[in-house]
Amino acid sequence: MVSIGFFIYFAFAIVVLSLLVVTRKNPVHSVLWMLLLFFHIAGLYLFLNAEFMAAIQVIVYAGGILVLFLFVVLLMNLREELSIGKYTTFGPTGFTFALGLFVVVSMSLSSFIAAPPGKYSIDLIKQETHIKALGKLLYTEFIYPFEVASLILLVAMIGAIVLAKRRLKS
Amino acid sequence: MAVPLSWYMLLSLAVFSIGVFGFLSRRNIIIMLMSIELMLNGVNINLIALSHYIQDLRGQILAFFVIAVAAAEAAIGLAIVIAMFRNRATAHVDEIKEMQG
Repeated sequence: MVSIGFFIYFAFAIVVLSLLVVTRKNPVHSVLWMLLLFFHIAGLYLFLNAEFMAAIQVIVYAGGILVLFLFVVLLMNLREELSIGKYTTFGPTGFTFALGLFVVVSMSLSSFIAAPPGKYSIDLIKQETHIKALGKLLYTEFIYPFEVASLILLVAMIGAIVLAKRRLKS
Repeated sequence: MAVPLSWYMLLSLAVFSIGVFGFLSRRNIIIMLMSIELMLNGVNINLIALSHYIQDLRGQILAFFVIAVAAAEAAIGLAIVIAMFRNRATAHVDEIKEMQG
């Protein structure tokens, strides 16, 4: 019963905070609501016995990505931003599309059949500790995707530098 | 009494739909990038909930890669925003029509 109460609180907070993120006019407010949203999502991950993912969520999203967003938001002209409308002419179309997506996919949820349970039961993870089990899987079975992820991050780093640097005068 | 899996899926679907709405309708390109992050977070909730209920850690590995790709995407997207802001001094998608779209 307690777990259901916790889930309802987290789900309600997450939905309300995501709505606040996409509807606030001031981008700084959006970023700050998103910070709170990421902490709630990390709490939900703790609830799902995924401690490492909760830590990564806080460190990478709240500590890295959001700070990057905040820096770029502060470069913008906020006064002009607050004086004009926040939605483009596609606003109603986007709302209809998102609502249609929600309704159609939620109708198909009832016919979802879960796969048979795998070997990583809660007892096994508790016995082996979560990070150790995750690391073993990541460095054996998923070693090639892991290397590709490092390559993606390298490309992103070089791309960001090339795109954002001032053009050299020749 | 445990929380049923379908509640988690419904929650992740709601977050994803809100992200789709924000991406399609907002004028500010930074909020559009934030909506993409919202969509990726919705997918992550789904992956981690499934990995808990199916008792397989692969969902969490996949969520790990999604987070890595999200970080790369945010860096590139914000670099594009800065380059655009330098050239056009705007961050609104409806004022950009260089490519005649």
